[in-house]
Amino acid sequence: MAAAAATAVVGVALIFAFVLQTAWPVLTRVGIAQFIFGDTWYPTRGRFGLLPLVAGSAALLLGALLLGAPAGVMTAIFLSEYCPKRLASLLRPAIDLLAGIPSVIYGFFGLISIVPIVRSVFGGAGFGPVAGSLILAVMILPTITSVSRDALEAVPRDYRLGGLALGATQWRTVYDVVVPSAWSGIVTSVVLGVGRAVGETMAVLMVIGNAPRFPRAAGQPISALTSQVALDMAYASGDHRTALFGIAALLLFITMGLVGVGRLTVRRQARQGRRR
Amino acid sequence: MTRRVADWTARAAAWAVAGASIAVLLVIIGQIVIRGLPGFRLSFLVTAPHGIKMEGGVFPMIVASSFLTLLTLLIVGPVGIGAAVYLAEFAGDNRLTRLVRFAADTLAGVPSIVFGLFGLAFFVYFLQMGYSILAGALTLSMMVLPTMLRVSEEAIRAVPASYREGSLGLGATRWQTTLRVVLPAAMPAMATALILSVGRAFGETAAVLYTAGMTPSTPLLPLEGGRTLTVHLYLLATTGYIDPAYRVALVLLAVILSFNLLAGWLMARFRRRFVA
Repeated sequence: MAAAAATAVVGVALIFAFVLQTAWPVLTRVGIAQFIFGDTWYPTRGRFGLLPLVAGSAALLLGALLLGAPAGVMTAIFLSEYCPKRLASLLRPAIDLLAGIPSVIYGFFGLISIVPIVRSVFGGAGFGPVAGSLILAVMILPTITSVSRDALEAVPRDYRLGGLALGATQWRTVYDVVVPSAWSGIVTSVVLGVGRAVGETMAVLMVIGNAPRFPRAAGQPISALTSQVALDMAYASGDHRTALFGIAALLLFITMGLVGVGRLTVRRQARQGRRR
Repeated sequence: MTRRVADWTARAAAWAVAGASIAVLLVIIGQIVIRGLPGFRLSFLVTAPHGIKMEGGVFPMIVASSFLTLLTLLIVGPVGIGAAVYLAEFAGDNRLTRLVRFAADTLAGVPSIVFGLFGLAFFVYFLQMGYSILAGALTLSMMVLPTMLRVSEEAIRAVPASYREGSLGLGATRWQTTLRVVLPAAMPAMATALILSVGRAFGETAAVLYTAGMTPSTPLLPLEGGRTLTVHLYLLATTGYIDPAYRVALVLLAVILSFNLLAGWLMARFRRRFVA
């Protein structure tokens, strides 16, 4: 039993050890700062600068959050506060299904539906940050919605009744009482959404055009950390291959950071709960 | 009066945003069904692709996806349930359980492409498994272990304490109680955990692209490689075979939908037994 439980620990240790050990040569030769902040990714000519990819990932994340986070939280508010019971029992599984659709299907949908729309609205190739952000926004929405909804539904009924009894409208009660009480859960949901957006590979790979350049226009190809790994893995060798492990190491540290932020929020919530 | 207007606006906005989220789901599913269903023959499921226009079906991919998913289930099932039993029944709160939880959280957040890169370097090259169903299944097992672990643990914890007390009171040992009383009671919810893990494994692309490989042959042994439905869809979509791609997407969607419905049905049964 304990051995089975330890497998998870061994797995994580193995991944970290293996990725870091393989990435080490390129990190020491190029230098960590030069690796992350170098402005050119041209691996076949020995240029291993991640900044264009970091900028691409950041642009996608920003766009996805700007659209997906408010929509996700609002949908959660709708489900827990406004939605009739019977409709909610229909919508819940629908949102879960949205979370279960394989990312390659989102990518395919983006490729055939969203890219042409972006092309005709913004010009250019259509592949790029806007198409990627739109698809990612749809993909993080169910995560944000279901975790936020759980947090909102955990707020005691008395809080709402108290707000209403003081003469506040329903929206005032939701906005000033319910949402603040569920705040740490909502933050956690967005952190999880960030994790999903940063780590998403296939859907992004299929709609951003995959050119490792800084994002400049809505419909111009860019690249991201994850999709670049997927793309180069097929043929990379030597320093190029170790550089991909360097990207994987960076992604692992981002993941660790997000897990840390998530735990901090949960702990703070627990402390606040005791104080009440 | 303005507070009434604000209240009404907020209510309308909540309905509109939630409606838009559901509309996105309907558009994605609708488009795949409308474009995939006409021209869909049952022979698509039982023949191999051939010819320059990718005529024929996806039989080898269905075999590869099913084989991969089944093997993943066989690996991650015992490990995940064993770990969950340890965490929920035997361990309490000690250093190992805290470490396991942290590891599981981290593993849950690691991007799938990092698993893919790790699987390629570790299972395919280092352990010399080559592109194979086994290498893919081991990679997927690491990826879905956290889901398996968390849902199983919740299932075990949801079994009422009175069950355990009754069994222990009759003179059963703790191990007998776990095996004969707690686990059978937690079974439906545990099955849900398995189905959710299976759904993720079945729909995954990035982690299997370079571990199970892309050869469109029918794999019969764990050490043979194969191309999953998801990888097939990716290759078709990015090389311009849009019509067959729609059909593959339809098959994928149907499988994921039935997994979801099955999981929902089992969970509802479980809830009825314990909560109502």
